[in-house]
Amino acid sequence: MSGFPRGRTAIVGTAVLGIDSRPGFSAMELLAKASLAAIADAGLTPADIDGVFSTLSEDPFSAMSVPEYLGIRPKMVETTRTGGSAFQIQAMWAALALDAGLCDAVLICYGSNQRSGAGGLVRSGGTPFPYEAPYKPRNPTTAYALAAQRHMHQYGTTREQLAEVAVAARKWANLNPDAFMKGDLSIDDVLGARMVSDPLTVRDCCLVTDGAAAVVMTRADRARDLPQKPAYLLGAANATWHRNISALADLTVTAATEAAPRAYAQAGVAPADIDVVELYDAFTINTILFLEDLGFCPKGEGGRFVADGAIAPGGRLPVNTNGGGLSCAHPGMYGLFTMVEAVTQLRGLAGGRQVSGAKLALSHGNGGVLSSQAVTIFGTDEVL
Amino acid sequence: MVKTVHPEAEYAAYLAEGRFMVQRSASTGAYVFFPRIAQPGTGLADLEWVEASGEGTVYSFTVIRNKPPTPDYVIALIDLAEGVRMMSRLVDCDPATIAIGMAVKARVGEVDGAPAVLFAPVEGGAA
Repeated sequence: MSGFPRGRTAIVGTAVLGIDSRPGFSAMELLAKASLAAIADAGLTPADIDGVFSTLSEDPFSAMSVPEYLGIRPKMVETTRTGGSAFQIQAMWAALALDAGLCDAVLICYGSNQRSGAGGLVRSGGTPFPYEAPYKPRNPTTAYALAAQRHMHQYGTTREQLAEVAVAARKWANLNPDAFMKGDLSIDDVLGARMVSDPLTVRDCCLVTDGAAAVVMTRADRARDLPQKPAYLLGAANATWHRNISALADLTVTAATEAAPRAYAQAGVAPADIDVVELYDAFTINTILFLEDLGFCPKGEGGRFVADGAIAPGGRLPVNTNGGGLSCAHPGMYGLFTMVEAVTQLRGLAGGRQVSGAKLALSHGNGGVLSSQAVTIFGTDEVL
Repeated sequence: MVKTVHPEAEYAAYLAEGRFMVQRSASTGAYVFFPRIAQPGTGLADLEWVEASGEGTVYSFTVIRNKPPTPDYVIALIDLAEGVRMMSRLVDCDPATIAIGMAVKARVGEVDGAPAVLFAPVEGGAA
């Protein structure tokens, strides 16, 4: 029996910023700007925040440095270091902490200046793994290329189907004023782009951008008195199977297969009920794997599922409606951006990319190399 | 059999001698890779070093593309005959001829001057 407090907490404030390159700002400065914007969006002030759940790629001690920077003295801090899935896991802890009365308003926040500041990818992987590092894999890309190659071998998935994912993401990005990468993108463009690590071209790989995101969570009773339409957290679950890609038994099956059923059970919904799906698409293979692992199509059918624009605007399932990590933003750890987009859709504020009548949204996080899988399900008051 | 005491250091020391060793549980006979102080899952701390057969098949692979003159190279996951998997490089072959399921054989070579277990296709070992 799950003790998850379904619908008893909600996201009441959100912000994303710095999706474009923002030279001159540190990662902390970007995090702080997003955090203050999310707190203001919630109709609160920094003094109202008593839980700070933070992540900075290069600062293992952000649980202390973020409160210091913002001038907050939290009752609770949390710093999950599972890479891009950290934020979905933090939302789970926030729900439990809020419901238990350990704190009253939680800020979940992240920032990175990896594009303008570091001049490239920030590597936050910790100690090199002595049984892989000597061979010089170029992670994370190598690991995802190995998974893509295996999926193609086992299920007949094609490079064209992988490219469909990038094309769909771009079509959504073209509807999002905040997206980093816009313009026409065809399947042939993806296939003909520079090969990085077979079978992935540079257009099968996520962007490297700056960016920051933040959300504020409170208990549902308080959420109803705040200015924004609450996005209630209905279910949150995660699972971890490995750290290094050589330790994942089947490269076509992730721990999301275990996390998702728990999250659906908590929420009392099924995949077919979900109106909008925000997946962690660091590479085109991710979207295919996670559509399968989260139950939107059978294992092995992901490539065929995404064909013919099925996940693009106007398709059968709206997936990664902000443009995703492939075309909207990917500032190192992208997971919080899937949550903000899910909430934006539930609030009905997504403008030209709004999914009409969205009541249930799934926000997924992926950390490491398909390693940590975390699923959150949000809903409007209509599905409580 | 040599009992494992310091897994990481002993694996590296064997490799420096040109030997590719894996661990095996004395009680169950199950092989373990990567080297650990105990069998994953069970916690059985009865691991001994044994010489790897060196026989394996390609589970997956990717060609890492570089800007010339830096050469491309092939990273692969190899399923060893012992039933464990490891990352390695595929060498002595044209990347275009590599296929999942292909039979490969290990040798101890070097990557950038450091000893490493490398794999090459077995003659007539096409997938």
